[in-house]
Amino acid sequence: MSLLTSLARLRALEEGIAQPVATVRHCHLSARPMVFVPLKLSGEAAAPLAAMLGTERERPRLLVVTQPRNRDLRFAWAAELAGVLLPYIEGFLADTETVERRNADPYERAMDAPQLIVPNQGGVAFTRLLGRSTRFRRPDGPYPVPESVPVLGRWLTYFGERAAYPGSALMLAATEELGRHWASGQSGLEDANLAALLAWITTGPSEEAEDPLVWPPAGPATDPGFDAEVLAPAIESGKPERVAEALRTQLEPTWRLMWQAIDLLAGLPEGASAAQRWEQDRGSFSGMATHLAEGAPPQARRDGAVAAAARLARMERAQAAYDVQRAYDDPLVMAEYRLTGEAFAGEVVETDPDNTEGEGRSRKLRPLVVIKTDDPVRLPPGATLGTPQRRAQGAELVSAGEGLVTVKITKGMGRGRTAAPGAVPEVGERVCYTSLTDDFQGSPQLPEAEATPWTHGGPPQDYVPDDEDAQEEWS
Amino acid sequence: MNPPAASAGPEQDLRPEQVISDVLADLPRHRGVVVDSPPGAGKSTLVVRAAAHIAATGEPLMIVAQTNEQVDDLVTRISGKHPHLSVGRLSAGGYVPPPRMLELPGVRFGTRIQDLGDPDIVIATADKWAWIGDRVWPWAIVDEAYQMRSDKLLRIAGSFERALFVGDPGQLDPFSIVDGDRWSGLSWDPLQSAVSVLLRHNPDLPVHRLPVSWRLPASAAPVVSRAFYPFTGFRAGTSDGDRRLELATGGMGTVHDRALEEAARSGWALLELPNRHTVRTDGEAVQAVALLAARLLQRGAVASSEQGERPVTADRIAVGAAHRDQVAAIRAAGLPAEITVDTANRLQGREYDVTIVLHPLSGRRDATAFHLESGRLCVLTSRHRHACVVVARAGIAELLDAHPSAEPVQLGVPVKFPDGWEANQSVLDHLSRHRV
Repeated sequence: MSLLTSLARLRALEEGIAQPVATVRHCHLSARPMVFVPLKLSGEAAAPLAAMLGTERERPRLLVVTQPRNRDLRFAWAAELAGVLLPYIEGFLADTETVERRNADPYERAMDAPQLIVPNQGGVAFTRLLGRSTRFRRPDGPYPVPESVPVLGRWLTYFGERAAYPGSALMLAATEELGRHWASGQSGLEDANLAALLAWITTGPSEEAEDPLVWPPAGPATDPGFDAEVLAPAIESGKPERVAEALRTQLEPTWRLMWQAIDLLAGLPEGASAAQRWEQDRGSFSGMATHLAEGAPPQARRDGAVAAAARLARMERAQAAYDVQRAYDDPLVMAEYRLTGEAFAGEVVETDPDNTEGEGRSRKLRPLVVIKTDDPVRLPPGATLGTPQRRAQGAELVSAGEGLVTVKITKGMGRGRTAAPGAVPEVGERVCYTSLTDDFQGSPQLPEAEATPWTHGGPPQDYVPDDEDAQEEWS
Repeated sequence: MNPPAASAGPEQDLRPEQVISDVLADLPRHRGVVVDSPPGAGKSTLVVRAAAHIAATGEPLMIVAQTNEQVDDLVTRISGKHPHLSVGRLSAGGYVPPPRMLELPGVRFGTRIQDLGDPDIVIATADKWAWIGDRVWPWAIVDEAYQMRSDKLLRIAGSFERALFVGDPGQLDPFSIVDGDRWSGLSWDPLQSAVSVLLRHNPDLPVHRLPVSWRLPASAAPVVSRAFYPFTGFRAGTSDGDRRLELATGGMGTVHDRALEEAARSGWALLELPNRHTVRTDGEAVQAVALLAARLLQRGAVASSEQGERPVTADRIAVGAAHRDQVAAIRAAGLPAEITVDTANRLQGREYDVTIVLHPLSGRRDATAFHLESGRLCVLTSRHRHACVVVARAGIAELLDAHPSAEPVQLGVPVKFPDGWEANQSVLDHLSRHRV
């Protein structure tokens, strides 16, 4: 936890209300998100019990497995879930734009993409498990399932994996996103309780949040008291309506909280880079849809050696970009870096906009800017700098000391002999410079999977679908 | 040679010379050979020897190191020891060779293989090698292989037929800024070190161990060996009394002076500050570290060893800490610029006469996996030839007791030794005998 977050948490505790740790929203929020609250049967890894889902807050759909130990009912439930989710997902595929690429064919990118919002990380993990247990099923052979079930499995797997991808907004966990924008006065573990976290943000800590009779757990696990006293007798009674009504009482409170969380997040203005990340999400979504349409096999159970290295490289790149973009978008996030000496902010006290370097044809405009700052500057001379105020520019630290920092603008000045108006900060302007820069460095080629070297176990075996896939336990 | 008594290990009693010739003999017999080297056990010497040995066969050799400094260091050593060998130093575009290297005989620099002519040996970082695709070398030496992530090895393993992997298993494991749990348990987990992945897929490869640390004094080798290399062990190449550290001027009786005196006498000192929970950049601890360094210089320490007598100048002193902001704070406290101040990660593979260490657990309320990682403490407490002074707040023993290792156990992940918690206890136990 950073110093600033610790301070915000202490202040939240003292004032009895959560403190903002962001000034803008760092995730894209869809105009029509799919809120998805899944429940599973206690004691089972991935036995679905119910789900409440939908894109309109007044019209939640409730899907229930009235006897969760019945395998056929579970797959019937999965088919029902596919009946709601697949039309929602596929509805985004019709409207596309053509994207030109350097060194590659242009491709079609969806103008908008689906967004799944679950209550917490447990919901994400359960979605991934649901995907894992359905994507290898087949509509023929032993234990056939409806055709839509394996398709649903591949989409759920895709969303689950995307949720682990830094900066992606295709699948959000409400508690995670709220926690990124507000610091409560409770522990990180307690923040995973949606009701408790929302109480901290809106009215202050509430004991009711811990009471399963007022706020049932937001899933995927259910309250043990409910299991023993309500659910078990209802299932034993053999009356499906009774089970459905019992589960509705557990899901409806969370449903209301989910929309409250969405309203809170929607109340923040969107950060400048969120749209850029959403664009990548849209591209990824279109890629997945194309993949599926071309009949590619389901996602592998485990990443092979090459696939794992490739995914790690992509995720590290995304994480680095996400960290930098959030700091550039949000002064409150940048403040963390100012505290550690990786950034400084202050007022421009002197400029030399016409400073040049080199002679003759190689003469280049390199304006100098002197900034007065109270921040501890722990950057060495020569450090490469960027600034949120002028994102296209690059700069270099010339000297720092006694509260004055001299910066030389080295990139983005154009070819002219004098600086364009506004390109160089004016005296009196407040600016911020940081050593965080989002320079994309391509990563070197990985071998093809078939050429996996001997150090990593040699080429992997190909996946061939067989009847064994259907024998897997679904629990 | 007459080894001083130390805990027993399988290759403990072998002479280092014997181990090196075993390694060289194994090279043509196996696809890969692994050599584990404790701190200062002559890893670089081995690499230089093996490089010359392979080059003598007339077959081209590629050498992989992890950082530009390591590459430059190897180039300098190889060229110094074997000036007749031609060495090509591959680098990325922005690299500027240090002036001292430009005069080395037979060394050429370039960003492409074609620029180098056809040298006996080509050296580059793992990152650079990953961009060189279209040629296969019959031999490779991978240096600091335990600090190399296995995904880096995956990118370059197609470039060689056989390889010698050399590294220190006790130092810091490679890491990532993203959560890699999804791969834990896989034999090719990209976050594991190159050696772990190599050995999991090729369990028959021979693993040798260098048995003698030439860097660590007799006062430190048993402590470090016991805490961080509990099963393999190593001993000091020198015996008690071979290394001496003397302070030229008298002290003023302050705690800092007494800590330095204790370190000069016994090789270790623990400067204990009052128990308190602090922020990472604990002002008092930072002050103490800076004062110790300043006093060490003022008192004119002189180190005598098998290499002769020399004053402990600022460039022979290092200050180590766990976090970058601590390093920045210590630097800002006004140390001479020649004193190295850095994090454990960046002190790996370096050597000094005296080190001053801010204990990773000092002033903390919790002991996270990061702070408990045995490699971190191992790096910090094994950089010195003469003495190591540790600065810490009291209460670390109680903190450790309150935070037993409770990391979730992942299926399929080999149990890692040594356990960071136990290693911390072991070092702390030893330090407590040198408390000031």
